[in-house]
Amino acid sequence: MSRLELRHMRKAFGGLEVLADISLRVDAGEFVSILGPSGAGKSTLFQLLTGAEHGEGEMFFDGAPLDDHGRHFAFMPQRDALMPWRRILDNTTLGLEVQGVGRKEARTRVAPLFAEFGLAGFERHFPAQLSGGMRQRAALLRTVVQERDMLLLDEPFGALDALTRAAMQRWLEQMWRHHRWTAMLITHDVREAVFLSDRIYVLSARPAHVVREIKVPLPRPRDPTSTATRQAGALEAEILDILLNLQPSKGHDHD
Amino acid sequence: MVSSSFNPRQLAGFFAQAAPAVITIGLVLVAWELYANHSGVKPTVLPAPSRVFEQAMLNRDALLDNAIPTMRATLIGFACSLSAAFALSMLVDFFQPLRRALFPVFIVSQTLPLVAIAPLVVLWFGFGLTPKIMLVALVTFFPMLVALVQGYEATEVEIGQMLRAMGAGRWRVFMLARLPSALPYFFAGLKISITYAVVGAIFAEYAGAAKGLGIYMLNAKNNFRPDLVLAAVGVSAALTLVLFGLTALLQRLAMPWEQAAGRQAAGKGPQA
Repeated sequence: MSRLELRHMRKAFGGLEVLADISLRVDAGEFVSILGPSGAGKSTLFQLLTGAEHGEGEMFFDGAPLDDHGRHFAFMPQRDALMPWRRILDNTTLGLEVQGVGRKEARTRVAPLFAEFGLAGFERHFPAQLSGGMRQRAALLRTVVQERDMLLLDEPFGALDALTRAAMQRWLEQMWRHHRWTAMLITHDVREAVFLSDRIYVLSARPAHVVREIKVPLPRPRDPTSTATRQAGALEAEILDILLNLQPSKGHDHD
Repeated sequence: MVSSSFNPRQLAGFFAQAAPAVITIGLVLVAWELYANHSGVKPTVLPAPSRVFEQAMLNRDALLDNAIPTMRATLIGFACSLSAAFALSMLVDFFQPLRRALFPVFIVSQTLPLVAIAPLVVLWFGFGLTPKIMLVALVTFFPMLVALVQGYEATEVEIGQMLRAMGAGRWRVFMLARLPSALPYFFAGLKISITYAVVGAIFAEYAGAAKGLGIYMLNAKNNFRPDLVLAAVGVSAALTLVLFGLTALLQRLAMPWEQAAGRQAAGKGPQA
């Protein structure tokens, strides 16, 4: 049984059809990426999952219809969305506070994770005092500590410079191997998707539908050894080809 | 943390920043003094700054006696206006249609000439504290309301999305995100409004009062004592500056992360 399953999800804003027909699944402990061109409606997909928007179609979580959205997902938005007025420690406890966990207990639950996330010693700093990579790690810490069933990561490294992004991708892959979170990542970075995922869904341009489902057979840990690198390179080229040859989906017959 | 933000180096930095303004004011006073003493203008028309200062010292009891009611009207009026603006800003934030219903009215209230309104308010509400409070509120209410409403709307969209995904309701989102996001706007509005507030109180007193800097200025003018008018102006300017300074201090205390961000910009922060 899949952890999360979407069947024929559609969503239109007014007359604008954003999601035409999305069917996908994510298994427990699986890292799945949603890859698509900019403006394809990838973020809309997350809005449906978190309950911010409602669409047509069916959504199942652990086999049951998805209704209580907040209970299942921990959401990490595109930019870090750290609150400038809260110290890093208080930013990371935010999700627990909203859940109703007392401040003191929330802090004791968050504290041991700071070392693992490379943030030890920065608990009392304000976000503005941290580098982009550290801020992003703090945002991920805030997300995973909520202990939801599944992580939703919306282009988490999109705002970082190329070098920091590469470092963060390696770090996230390593963290994922330890924790085996069930995770769904939205990205338009082919390399990032291949490097991090077990499976990739390639979406068309708007209105989005799944063009291809791709298994990533690369061994973990995803060390850049020569054989794996060559394999990854071939996969990246193949996916890029699919993305670049997407027909403008105006004439797409999705009925 | 707060105490560490007042170290000697920063104090020196403050004086270095203030120096140009102090020098400018000094030069204006010197030029004024020279002109008043050497151009043959009568002191009953244009008194020299030294005379204004001397008369201010001689009449300091009367000035203080009249400054207190002005200060009281300013602070009470401003406190009323602030509470009302805060309450209404929350209502407007939760019920957006209110904004369209109310804002045009408030904008019109800002176009009313104080010269015409002040005597009317005094006519309706007498020579007591009430008309002063009302005029102070009239001039400060709308700027504070706009500052707060704009501040709420400056909340980062993604912080709102994230909080809702965490399961926060509208009230939680307001308290956790929208209210703190409005702080910089609130203080910007506060600094402007507090200076209007003093002017508003003086205007109300000018239109009629038993005591206050406004009525003191009017009486001094009618007695052909421009030196005392200017002395009262100096007192009101000093009051305004003190209030402005307190606001700036309050902002530093209420927003310690701004200081932290400033130190980071100076290039002493961690790298990763």
